[in-house]
Amino acid sequence: MIQVPIPHVLSPGIVPLFAIVLTLGAYLLGVEIEKRLRNPLANPVLIAIVIIGVSLRLLHLSYQDYFTGAQFIHFLLGPATVALAIPMVRALEHMRRGFWPMMSALLAGSLIGLISGYAIVRLLGGSQQVALSMAPKSLTTPIAIAVSASIGGIPSLSAVLAILGGILVAVSIDPVLHWLKIAEPSAKGLAAGTAGSGIGASRVIPQHTLSAAFAGVAIGANGILTAVLAPILVPFLKHW
Amino acid sequence: MSMIKSIFILLLFQLAGESVRALTHTKIPGPVFGMILLAAFYVLRRREPSPALQQSADSLLGWLGLLFVPAGVGIVANLALLRSAWLPIGVALIASTVLTLITTAWIMHRFGRRASIPEEAA
Repeated sequence: MIQVPIPHVLSPGIVPLFAIVLTLGAYLLGVEIEKRLRNPLANPVLIAIVIIGVSLRLLHLSYQDYFTGAQFIHFLLGPATVALAIPMVRALEHMRRGFWPMMSALLAGSLIGLISGYAIVRLLGGSQQVALSMAPKSLTTPIAIAVSASIGGIPSLSAVLAILGGILVAVSIDPVLHWLKIAEPSAKGLAAGTAGSGIGASRVIPQHTLSAAFAGVAIGANGILTAVLAPILVPFLKHW
Repeated sequence: MSMIKSIFILLLFQLAGESVRALTHTKIPGPVFGMILLAAFYVLRRREPSPALQQSADSLLGWLGLLFVPAGVGIVANLALLRSAWLPIGVALIASTVLTLITTAWIMHRFGRRASIPEEAA
């Protein structure tokens, strides 16, 4: 039996602290790399996940070990979600002015995400269960898991897809919308929140307070819309 | 003090949101209810949030990406789930996500441009 030297360095007592330092350090490094490269692929969330994933493997630490410390950072997602109300209140007048377009864009995005996710998996020969797990991928992870379970998908697969989809939006939103010549912060925020929920939104929130406001609305509204629409639409999708 | 007050307000509304969730037995997470309740609170009182709360919210949201890292690391452990059908999963995830992004952005761009005009100009 080969003795792993790591436990001598990382006694169990300091693993939580190590996990927090590792997470902050990896993210800061990601931000620094993003600044230097100015390439959308150099996304700090993606870089941090890769650095931490490799570190844990090298140090023989499990995800459970890591989470004993990382949970404190994870916990802040709750108050941060609540904090999205603040840019929303500030942007109230903007929302009133763009109310119907905003509602139409939300409904269309919600339906397209749900139906195209299911349909493309089926067209390419994927199983119905995989297709149903794909359907709620644009939602914020806890809602994606709940919707997936209620329509017959695999909740853990939906959670993975929700996070990967969010990263994909964070990475692609600037080049795609630049190519389409769409620059308004309201359209950007709404699209980021609808297609990529929190992770997608984290990319555009620092860009403009209106992006933050519309992203917040989109995360909540798409979650609620899809939670209501998915159980109604799925029987039709299965037939077809 | 003002920072503690901001944290208190955010956590208080999260707690209220969790309670609403528990009472209504819905799939909507507590923090999303908390967000709706906090927005409704200020809209109904016709008041702006205090500068201290605005500042705390903005700084917390400026680091939103960081807060997703712990959950993101969890997917590394679950990547094997994708192996069973990686081609349909990969193509569908990319195509459907980009399609959703474009649809939402384009409708808002085409019909809702007024929403982005600064208040003084509107």
